[in-house]
Amino acid sequence: MEVELLELLKDLETLKRSLPDSSLHASIDKMRLRVDYVTNLANAAPARRSKVKDMSAEVVDTNPYSRLMALQRMGIVENYERIREFSVAIVGIGGVGSVAAEMLTRCGIGRLLLYDYDKVELANMNRLFFRPEQVGMTKTDAAVQTLSDINPDVVLESYTLNITTVQGFDTFMSSLKNKTFRPSKEGSGVDLVLSCVDNYEARMAVNQACNELNQIWMESGVSEDAVSGHIQLLVPGETACFACAPPLVVASGVDERTLKREGVCAASLPTTMGVVAGLLVQNTLKLLLQFGNVSPYLGYNSLKDYFPTMEMKPNPQCSNAACLERQKEYMLTKPVRDAAAKAKLEAAASVALEGPLHADNEWNISVVDDSDPDSIDGATSDALPEGLKRELPTADEFQNTPPAAVPTTTTVDDLEELRKQLEALNAE
Amino acid sequence: MEGWDTSTKSTLTQIPLLSAKAGPRDGASWTQRLKEEYKSLIAYTQMNKSNDNDWFHISAANPEGTRWTGKCWYVHNLLKYEFDLQFDIPVTYPSTAPELELPQLDGKTQKMYRGGKICLTVHFKPLWAKNCPRFGIAHALCLGLAPWLAAEVPILVDSGMIKHKDDSSSSAES
Ligand SMILES: [Zn+2]
Repeated sequence: MEVELLELLKDLETLKRSLPDSSLHASIDKMRLRVDYVTNLANAAPARRSKVKDMSAEVVDTNPYSRLMALQRMGIVENYERIREFSVAIVGIGGVGSVAAEMLTRCGIGRLLLYDYDKVELANMNRLFFRPEQVGMTKTDAAVQTLSDINPDVVLESYTLNITTVQGFDTFMSSLKNKTFRPSKEGSGVDLVLSCVDNYEARMAVNQACNELNQIWMESGVSEDAVSGHIQLLVPGETACFACAPPLVVASGVDERTLKREGVCAASLPTTMGVVAGLLVQNTLKLLLQFGNVSPYLGYNSLKDYFPTMEMKPNPQCSNAACLERQKEYMLTKPVRDAAAKAKLEAAASVALEGPLHADNEWNISVVDDSDPDSIDGATSDALPEGLKRELPTADEFQNTPPAAVPTTTTVDDLEELRKQLEALNAE
Repeated sequence: MEGWDTSTKSTLTQIPLLSAKAGPRDGASWTQRLKEEYKSLIAYTQMNKSNDNDWFHISAANPEGTRWTGKCWYVHNLLKYEFDLQFDIPVTYPSTAPELELPQLDGKTQKMYRGGKICLTVHFKPLWAKNCPRFGIAHALCLGLAPWLAAEVPILVDSGMIKHKDDSSSSAES
């Protein structure tokens, strides 16, 4: 193709010289520019990079990891290359999940497991990541297409399923348990689950799976009015689970009664979703690579640019049985944790005696957070930090009141008989 | 019970409540729950028929009772509009309600999530959460689907998004 284009340029040059009428020269020059443009396009044809064996810190423009490995040289991260050992599962490849997947892919994460049952639609184009030519593909397939081009080192697994159905949930659980990527890993086969779904039902399904598997996960969400969002770290037994208390969301400050919902389900903005994805993956990197403070809960109110934080303890009366089991286990290991924390404190104290860090801090900047995040009990819904609210009420204490006698018109208690009765009614 | 009309409210209070807190992964307790679901659905259907307001038929589509399919219909300007109805019982049921789907209307209204799942009012989920595990499939249909059809079918018809099938079987309600 390049040769042909060169020939074309030569022909145009010959033509220009042979023309006595110079008034046509301008249009021939324009055609030559167009050929140049096409030549550039042809030269820029996509070339897939090959996989790399080790992450190099060498600063050359062919090394995709040089700027990331620089984090290690600067002392921010102790061992960046460990990122290649980690597996992260992302549930929901929408406006937040797809961007989170791209960020982790560019960071060189070891393995990504992607879950979604939906297809790419034109209506998704106000968000980042997916492209119009991917309309009609499943979100998981389209994501694998793009992500494997960006970074072929990442192991990608895609699961086109709905985790809230019985069958989808089974596959979800077994895929999280699979340890072939790193057989020596303790616990499940993944290091972290990221929930990037847009509904309560799916979040409760992720919560169920993670409580059963004792799996750390992070929840993320963007409000239906698209102007606020949050991320939350959930450690089974240690922090409140998603069922311990009604979901905590950021109040947008817009009066619910004046919010116009007529004729629409939900709005979305690429900005809010991008911010939430960024907060989510930043927290993920801090957790996996052990740097900075991992936020237990971080809200984002875009109308006021307000970021509330807090932490939530588990609810001893949680309705989720697996959560209660994890809480019990956590209590049993308390003495071990206390001893470890004490040893760590003593080690830190002896370091502090050797002299203050940054004694020459001329601007007197404090890098230590001087305010502890608000801590609330998962069992109580009062005393919420400012700017946060409960999305749903707690269930009534039904256990204390005997269920009302069911005034059914049938005394039958056989499943097959009941099924036939309903069928008979349907056929009437 | 803010947010519902009086007839929905009075109907709701007559649907038998359930007591087994069990989902499809809970083995024998799920069977118990399934029996309660049938009893409550039978009572609701009988009630609708006796009030001359029969508006849906559903049946379990698998022996486990985790997937349900059927029909629902709505009469507007004396014409009956009928739609396929389907839903799965989620693994976290009854903490979370089933997501009711009308696949034929997918993409025809803003009041729907992808896949034809109807968009419920802000009042539904709080009430469901508050009444877990006493509400079942029948309550979800009464509180979720019935008001949705009443609000959306007239709009869909008047805007020409759906047309009436002119065959005799689906003409004006008898
Ligand atoms: Zn819990």
